[in-house]
Amino acid sequence: MPLRLYQSRRQMLKILKYSFYDLMRSRWSYVYFLFYLALGFVLLFLNNDLSKAVITLMNVIIVLVPLISTIFGVMYFYNSKEFTELLLAQPLKRTSIFLGQYLGVAGSLTMSLVLGLGLPFVLYGLFKSDAIWDFSLLLITGAFLTLIFTALAFNIAISNENKIKGFGYAVLLWLFLAVIYDGLFLLSLIVFEEYPLDSFSLAATMFNPIDLSRTLILLKLDISALLGYTGAIFKSFFGTNLGLMISISMLVLWTILPIWRLAYKSKRKDF
Amino acid sequence: MIRIENLHKKFGKNQVLSDLGLDIKGGGIFAVLGPNGSGKTTLIKSILGMVVPNKGSISVLDKSIKKNWKYRQEIDYLPQIANFPGNLKVKELIRMIKDLRQKESKEDELIKTFGLETFLDKKLGTLSGGTKQKVNLVLTFMFDSPLIILDEPTTGLDPASLIKLKELILQEKGKGKTILITTHIMQFVEEMADEIVYLLEGDIYFKGSIQQLMANTQQTDFEHAIAAISIQTTDA
Repeated sequence: MPLRLYQSRRQMLKILKYSFYDLMRSRWSYVYFLFYLALGFVLLFLNNDLSKAVITLMNVIIVLVPLISTIFGVMYFYNSKEFTELLLAQPLKRTSIFLGQYLGVAGSLTMSLVLGLGLPFVLYGLFKSDAIWDFSLLLITGAFLTLIFTALAFNIAISNENKIKGFGYAVLLWLFLAVIYDGLFLLSLIVFEEYPLDSFSLAATMFNPIDLSRTLILLKLDISALLGYTGAIFKSFFGTNLGLMISISMLVLWTILPIWRLAYKSKRKDF
Repeated sequence: MIRIENLHKKFGKNQVLSDLGLDIKGGGIFAVLGPNGSGKTTLIKSILGMVVPNKGSISVLDKSIKKNWKYRQEIDYLPQIANFPGNLKVKELIRMIKDLRQKESKEDELIKTFGLETFLDKKLGTLSGGTKQKVNLVLTFMFDSPLIILDEPTTGLDPASLIKLKELILQEKGKGKTILITTHIMQFVEEMADEIVYLLEGDIYFKGSIQQLMANTQQTDFEHAIAAISIQTTDA
């Protein structure tokens, strides 16, 4: 039914708008924005080199964006409980309410990231530099990580009434994907040294959006030999273009699946 | 207006509603009563679609509410505790709800009735409980819907506002609307309600007029009659 679809999309955009405005007014969006702004300026000033700054930035983004998105997502979900309940009694579709809120949060976080980092780089002369593609890829990956981890955070929050538990799970999730996963991965490589591990490590990388993002950027920067096993395997297996495509499709999948589960859960929850 | 058939709802192991059936034909004020934890709020939230029943069917205005959200266009709901997003201004909240509902509204009149003019530019987080409840009332009554559901509408109101609320409810009743109210204030029920729906342990225990209730329990005083039902059942 096209009319219904149109209506629910319009509703979702309205919710998105209100969530977005609400966040734009909160202090944290500015803090987040100013942090990236400062980071961008400092890195450029210290490195004096766009390409090097991009690499350093990658290392920061890959760990920090997931952390901030997770914490912010969980916090927003719990804090807007009243707002959500107010909306639920209105003639609105549930999926519009939750997807609208999700997109509001993810959108404002992405905006802080893109503007905060983009400004110093543009001022430094990004458009005249070769690093523009590497830098754009960095921002795209950052945006994906924001979308993915905000969605994961919303999933955790909608499944846990208890705030403390929700926060705990969210931090654990981040810790697992950002730190522990790599540890386990390396450990397994050492333990099963004797066996051919190429497809295993390939799959293992796919299942972690943080590793996936790292691989994606490294492939593009063409310095995969520098940084670890994962990148090297990806390079030899796919060659750069195919690797890029597969990584991006995996990131898209990583975004869609949690959003789908959020929509599914939101239809069945009691308030 | 509202038809509910064998409604079941469990929260974890706690069976809140069990095989509840209710038929409200429409027109008039219905008081939903019952001891704490008897399932009043769950019943109301089920009608609003905020709680998803385990079993049973609910229809509002002859349409099933399952997988439906448009029927809420015909309901004005006053939630129990007026907790609004704190960093929104009163004015902005009203505008937002109007924008979401896209329906004709008469908020100016109500703002005047409850004397909220000076609060319009204040943030909701800074308002007192009673003022929040007035904002809550404005949001509920500003639309013209055939079904009105009020969950504890008297909470926090001063006597003058309470009188205005009663006038408002009677005025809406005069338009032929159906009004569902939950409250613990029996005087309010006695004064306002045309019919009583008494919930006990997740089912309708009594449905009828105040006179019928007093006759059934052989009491002359309404408050005692209500108390008598609870006692009868604990004995049984």
